[in-house]
Amino acid sequence: MAAVAPEDRRAVRAAAERRRSRRGLAIAAVSTVVVVGGLAALLVTSPGWSSVKDTFFDPEAFKTSFPAVLKGFWLDVKIFVTVEIAVLILGLVVALVRTTGAPALFPLRAMAVVFTDVFRGVPTILVVYLVGFGVPALEISGLPTDPIVLGGIGLTLSYTAYVTEVYRAGIDSVHPSQRQAALAVGLTGGQALRFVVLPQAVRRVLPPLLNDFISLQKDVALVAILGPQEAFRVAQIDASSTFNYTPLLAAAALYLCVTIPLARVLDHMQRRSR
Amino acid sequence: MTASPVIEVRGVTKAFGEVPVLRGIDLVVPEHGAVALIGASGSGKSTLLRCIDLLEPIDDGDVLLDGEVVTDPSVEPVAVRRRLGMVFQAFNLFPHLTAVENVALAPMRAQGVGREEARARAAELLARFGLAGREGERPDNLSGGQQQRVAIARALATRPRALLLDEITSALDPELVGEVLEVVRDLKAQGTTMLVTTHEMGFARDVADEVCFLHEGRIIERGAPAAVLDTPEQPETQRFLRRLLAARRAL
Repeated sequence: MAAVAPEDRRAVRAAAERRRSRRGLAIAAVSTVVVVGGLAALLVTSPGWSSVKDTFFDPEAFKTSFPAVLKGFWLDVKIFVTVEIAVLILGLVVALVRTTGAPALFPLRAMAVVFTDVFRGVPTILVVYLVGFGVPALEISGLPTDPIVLGGIGLTLSYTAYVTEVYRAGIDSVHPSQRQAALAVGLTGGQALRFVVLPQAVRRVLPPLLNDFISLQKDVALVAILGPQEAFRVAQIDASSTFNYTPLLAAAALYLCVTIPLARVLDHMQRRSR
Repeated sequence: MTASPVIEVRGVTKAFGEVPVLRGIDLVVPEHGAVALIGASGSGKSTLLRCIDLLEPIDDGDVLLDGEVVTDPSVEPVAVRRRLGMVFQAFNLFPHLTAVENVALAPMRAQGVGREEARARAAELLARFGLAGREGERPDNLSGGQQQRVAIARALATRPRALLLDEITSALDPELVGEVLEVVRDLKAQGTTMLVTTHEMGFARDVADEVCFLHEGRIIERGAPAAVLDTPEQPETQRFLRRLLAARRAL
């Protein structure tokens, strides 16, 4: 057996490793070109492509409709941010009510259960519709009548029900020994929750919370059914007057501009929490 | 041995559902004294400590702290727990807090000590247990032995009347047991009152003034460490110690 210097063995292994990774890259590149090219070919050679191209991918229509759609989208962003903050706070409150054992809070606890059951069980679009048209119909003075506010309330109800369950799962996931250790050092039950259980619970559920953010960000478009001129509504009106659907694509692109960065943040957080 | 009792347990019984765990425990831990509870797993040692710290309600009997009945329903358990320091087998440190924050939490939140003072005192305690320079570490970055020393510091931070140590070396790698036991020996030398459960007979011998052998929820033998561990009278104690010795030899 020929004696080989260890440095040579290392060089040989490194070269083999480089070859392997080069071949992997080449294969990935070829397969991407084949798949994407195939899909594009399928699209372009489809019988209706020329009319779809004109009605959905019209650069001229895109340019003229974009400013109005963008303005509508700004309304979406404002609704999204407001509702999200309300959901984060209300969701935590409902989750805390559901996890406490205080007997005096029994009616509240029962209400919290009914609340999550109802609003998680009804489609968001129905909640928005019912709040949007039902609350003004009550004709009670002092209740909001602005469809933007009502739509926001509908979304808040629906998403609070989801987020409550996310918080609750987080609280339940903190091992009981943590609460016990907190009690053992002399904290009260409330302090144990606030300083020991909740910080750990919230950290754990950040990724699923952000997932619900992304979902909410899209569902803000549901407010359109009540009439406010947000991105989808603006694009829809534009499309129905010109018979060109490019504005809808513009709205879709704007949504992606927000949801894709959010998704990357989420990926990053999940990788870090592992 | 006329020191006034810090912890006194009188006829305590406790059942989990239909299963009796403690069947009438009597026990006294005098000031500056150390009592070691030994016995097989499931004999009720940990349950007894948890009952004394009011983490578990008892069925019958009483626990007294400095002569005051603390198991009376009218007594606020939170205030009682502050007067006792508990250290757990699995450390149970707060993973989202650094070592110094773990130790300073109870003084700050439960006793209203200012943040700066609480942290300074916590750092002092950690340094005393050989953890100077590790104050800013999260529990995850500490070895088991270091984590348990942080847990001991945390238990002492509220200046309790007595320490309850529950199998504090059982979750440690063998080479880390020594550093934790050393800390407890020092505490004992400084006069800390403590009640410990342990499987380390050498430790019980070193630290304890009295050793109690728990069998099926009863203390069936008690006395000076040398007497109980070297010349046990009860056949159950003899069998338990023989088995422990055999297990040690098998290692």
